[in-house]
Amino acid sequence: MSNPQMVMYDEEFQEINGVIERLLKEANAKVIFLVDKNGQLISGVGETERFDTTSLASLTAGNIAATGGLAKLIGEKEFSILFHEGEKDNLHISIVGGRVILVVLFDSRSSLGLVRLRVKKSSEELSMIFEKLVKKAEDKEKRGVSDFPFAEITDDDIDNLFS
Amino acid sequence: MSFINYASREINCKIVYYGPGLCGKTTNLQYVYQKTAPDAKGKMISLATETERTLFFDFLPLALGEIRGFKTRFHLYTVPGQVFYDASRKLILKGVDGVVFVADSQEERIDANIESLENLRINLKEQGYDLDKLPYVVQYNKRDLPSAMTVEELRRELNPTNVLEFEACATTGEGVFETLKAVAKLILIDLKKGK
Repeated sequence: MSNPQMVMYDEEFQEINGVIERLLKEANAKVIFLVDKNGQLISGVGETERFDTTSLASLTAGNIAATGGLAKLIGEKEFSILFHEGEKDNLHISIVGGRVILVVLFDSRSSLGLVRLRVKKSSEELSMIFEKLVKKAEDKEKRGVSDFPFAEITDDDIDNLFS
Repeated sequence: MSFINYASREINCKIVYYGPGLCGKTTNLQYVYQKTAPDAKGKMISLATETERTLFFDFLPLALGEIRGFKTRFHLYTVPGQVFYDASRKLILKGVDGVVFVADSQEERIDANIESLENLRINLKEQGYDLDKLPYVVQYNKRDLPSAMTVEELRRELNPTNVLEFEACATTGEGVFETLKAVAKLILIDLKKGK
């Protein structure tokens, strides 16, 4: 397969949330999301309950994928930052560590310059955490350790989902 | 690729409905959306043209329930079927866990079906996937139409590897959930086997 499976562990999840919580404050943002390039929401902080986070994640990933396609057509590797300006709210979307998408929603209480500056710093920290995560998953695989919850499921478990 | 989150105890999988233009991919999703309890589904998103043709994708998140304490979520996507949207189709296949090929049973659409199926294989290959190794089912849609070919004829052209196949009429919902359940089950069995 082209990509290893994305796995998130408690420890890294806390670290990631720590970074984006801080970014939320420092950038004066309303909401911050982290989305996997395949459209799965990884985490979100801020006023998340006001938004349909699942749809947001899927559309963001679609947006990044389409823009990435455009980039390739003109000979760029990718466009690492997208900015959408609205009447009240704005979206700053950037790619972290080549794999994860960071979405910052902010209004007039912040500014594009501030968001860009803070995102840059946080991106480096997030990149490191995700790198660690990938290594951890690879290590576990090499050692043949599997704490995979699905290894022991039975056909009945699967059938029960559909009853 | 499925996403396993130990922190929130969730597992997310991506299913893509593929097939030629107007074969009923969006109709499949719409039926699932209509018949699913509100607490088990999210909003259905359709990025379509003014004439209701899919432009980029349709998206429907479904929560199926829990397995061993893990919330199981499926994200259903359709691709735009029209030939010239190939660039968009490739993007949507990224990270796919299972594929449903929706075939249009009408005789006049057999060439379009064959072309779309070849296109699916090629696009998957570009992403490093092999259709024969992916959880994959075939749905023969529009069984109610007078010009529908027989299942035997369709199978010969579209399902040479004999994967699970379903007869359907997506507008009335016949076969829609059977197809979805089958592919979801294949994905879970795949997960069970490990990577």
